[in-house]
Amino acid sequence: MNLKLTEEERAFRDELRTFFTTEIPADVRAKTASGTPLGKDDYVAVQRILHSRGLAVPNWPVEWGGQDWTPMQRNIWLSELQLASVPDPLPFNASMIGPVIAQFGSQEMKERFLPATANLDIWWCQGFSEPEAGSDLASLKTRAVRDGDDYIVNGQKTWTTLAQHADWIFCLVRTDPNAKKQAGISMLLFPMDTPGVTRRPIKLIDGGYEVNEVFFEDVRVPAENLVGEENTGWTQAKFLLGNERTGIARVGATKVKLARAKSFAAETRLGSGSLLDDPIFAARLAELENELLALELTQLRVVAGSADGKPNPASSLLKMRGSELQQAATELLVDIAGPDSLPAGEADIDSPDWARLTTPTYLNNRKVTIYGGSNEVQRSIIASSILGL
Amino acid sequence: MNFELDTEQDMLRATVRDLLSGAYDVESRNRVAESDLGWNRDVWKQLAELGVLGLPFAEEHGGMGAGPVEVMAVMTEIGRALAPEPVLDCVYLPGRLVAEVGTDAQRSDIIPRLSEGTALLAFAHDEPGSRWPHTEVATTAARDGDSWTLSGRKNPVLHGDCADTLIVSAKLPEGGIGLFVVDAGADGLTRTPYRTHDERRGAQVVLENVAATSLGEGADASTAIITAQVHAQAALCAETVGALDSSVQLTTSYLKQRKQFGVPLSMFQALTHRAADMYVLYELASSMSLYATMALADGIVDPTIASRAKLQVGRSARKIGQESVQMHGGIGVTAEHSIGHYLSRLTAIEHTLGTMDDHLRVLAGGVKDYELVEIAGM
Ligand SMILES: Cc1cc2nc3c(=O)[nH]c(=O)nc-3n(C[C@H](O)[C@H](O)[C@H](O)COP(=O)(O)OP(=O)(O)OC[C@H]3O[C@@H](n4cnc5c(N)ncnc54)[C@H](O)[C@@H]3O)c2cc1C
Repeated sequence: MNLKLTEEERAFRDELRTFFTTEIPADVRAKTASGTPLGKDDYVAVQRILHSRGLAVPNWPVEWGGQDWTPMQRNIWLSELQLASVPDPLPFNASMIGPVIAQFGSQEMKERFLPATANLDIWWCQGFSEPEAGSDLASLKTRAVRDGDDYIVNGQKTWTTLAQHADWIFCLVRTDPNAKKQAGISMLLFPMDTPGVTRRPIKLIDGGYEVNEVFFEDVRVPAENLVGEENTGWTQAKFLLGNERTGIARVGATKVKLARAKSFAAETRLGSGSLLDDPIFAARLAELENELLALELTQLRVVAGSADGKPNPASSLLKMRGSELQQAATELLVDIAGPDSLPAGEADIDSPDWARLTTPTYLNNRKVTIYGGSNEVQRSIIASSILGL
Repeated sequence: MNFELDTEQDMLRATVRDLLSGAYDVESRNRVAESDLGWNRDVWKQLAELGVLGLPFAEEHGGMGAGPVEVMAVMTEIGRALAPEPVLDCVYLPGRLVAEVGTDAQRSDIIPRLSEGTALLAFAHDEPGSRWPHTEVATTAARDGDSWTLSGRKNPVLHGDCADTLIVSAKLPEGGIGLFVVDAGADGLTRTPYRTHDERRGAQVVLENVAATSLGEGADASTAIITAQVHAQAALCAETVGALDSSVQLTTSYLKQRKQFGVPLSMFQALTHRAADMYVLYELASSMSLYATMALADGIVDPTIASRAKLQVGRSARKIGQESVQMHGGIGVTAEHSIGHYLSRLTAIEHTLGTMDDHLRVLAGGVKDYELVEIAGM
């Protein structure tokens, strides 16, 4: 038993830390740290810098731009990325569709898509959920009917994150309506500007715009854009969702939030001292820090123990607890801001900018326990696949 | 002991409920929230006509001479409907200060207009960088013979954007905090309006040697401010309880209606048990809100009771607000559904007149002063 990183791991960490803090534009990192929404250009610029050094898609096979890293190295990479407030490489590309194409796609498909996906020349969005198919994803209804060399797609997707920026969508469609729920599903790839595709923005409670409804009306998709075999989409979706979950704990990002919380509390006057001196506040902060450490150690145990890189059922625990602590940190920031959190948006008034961002961020972050498989669904996975209930 | 509304109070509640539920659904509320004013002048007029605006004021000033229980009934309905009309910010809270501290002339000038809905006040007390209970005020009042000038900064001033007259707190030359009546358009006064995250309105007010009239005789008004805040905290607790009732209702009916895995969500015990916990928290909040109101109705103005109520109500609000959104799934975080707006409003109330931590701090500071915890005033 041994808690220390090896010499090499430490050197690896220092090298990444230097790279992230010197090569990634400071303004993008500042925006990420404060919760200011990023523009498309920010994501693209950062991902290209990362990719030029082999740091955008390390979890991919080496021949497609990945790295032959140990799980511990991968974890160090992710953690340093977040500690430096570098936005994660676009998850739809880097942790969702990329690995799926690398695993299930034809050679031709890999060549066509993987380099452009890694470099964010193509921006992907995820077309899984539908109005009636949320937690129960397998009940999706969007239909794809074979017509010569094409599929004709009809139906509706919803919650499609950042579809307004997207060039392509990876979509789950029903190709066999007669098969059992999971058995008749396939995964199709097609450009968002294909005739018959329309998007409608959905406004969220923080006033922001990040998700969309997407409608398909007789959308013609060449059959070569089918990933793997027809009706095997559920296998691919499960593989993808396992990967999605692993990245969602965001311990590093929550650490940054708590550190910011501390500095803001130190600046907040209370009685003769600061909020940070207040035992009630300090106790709450200490408790959160401790819970976060417990999660980090659990994550390290999972990482140190899983050599094969397969999604571990414990990833459900990481997603669940990670998202809860992310929310707890945004909640703490809101409470530090107190009445200064009431004004929203840009206004030339005497309340700190960070304080005015706190409640929109808090409200927006309610999503993290809902998406990526809601926390209730994660509990069911733990109950059934770990506890055998 | 009796925790029920009497027939008249219940009628008042029913009337306000009818008015507000007729005025607002999700769409009309969103539309009103988008407008510059952020609330609806027609609804305001109707509230005035029903006597709601004049409710807590003396009959001689066009008021109804009603008490904290009636205020609670109204505020609960405002909370239930998520109505944006600034009844507390522009009428009840600043009006109470005028009624308590003002001269006869000031009372008979201002209160009738408040009651009939033609005047809007705002209480400019909070200052940037300071927290509730705001016992230190940096804004200063200077006297020159009979006239006063004020200098300082006030933020947040809730609904300070639409008020025509401000009641401003300022440090008196001889010590203590005085209250002043200031015309919102006065020379030297700059106000920067803004929207709050719950789609209400506020303003920052900067005063540079602004001419002001003292409210009352210009004596220290600290006690009156505390009294007004205790009343306002009780009113906010009541508004919260109304919003919590709606949140619980919306969530339980969603669980019955939304189907996943071929059955309604209400078939999943994991969810129904949490709905049960929400209900428990709702009842606890109601009890503490009633406690705060009934104490006031008995003439007990006790900041500790207000802190106890606001702490429990805050805890219930946070948990119920979050759980409601969670159980709605993705729909819960959209602006098109009202459940997320309830969460936003609940969060804003939690941060008005003391956060949960602020109130816990008050209570923690007092635990060594008594042996048994007891219901005060029983
Ligand atoms: C901001 C945001 C971004 C998203 N981005 C994308 C995207 O890019 N692409 C995409 O395809 N999807 C996306 N999603 C969709 C997301 O995956 C779904 O919202 C999620 O799966 C939940 O589905 P639902 O919203 O329909 O909630 P429902 O499934 O209706 O669930 C409502 C509530 O019931 C609970 N529940 C449901 N079934 C059970 C059960 N059996 N036992 C216990 N509890 C249960 C849920 O946990 C939830 O609390 C996004 C969602 C959000 C909010």
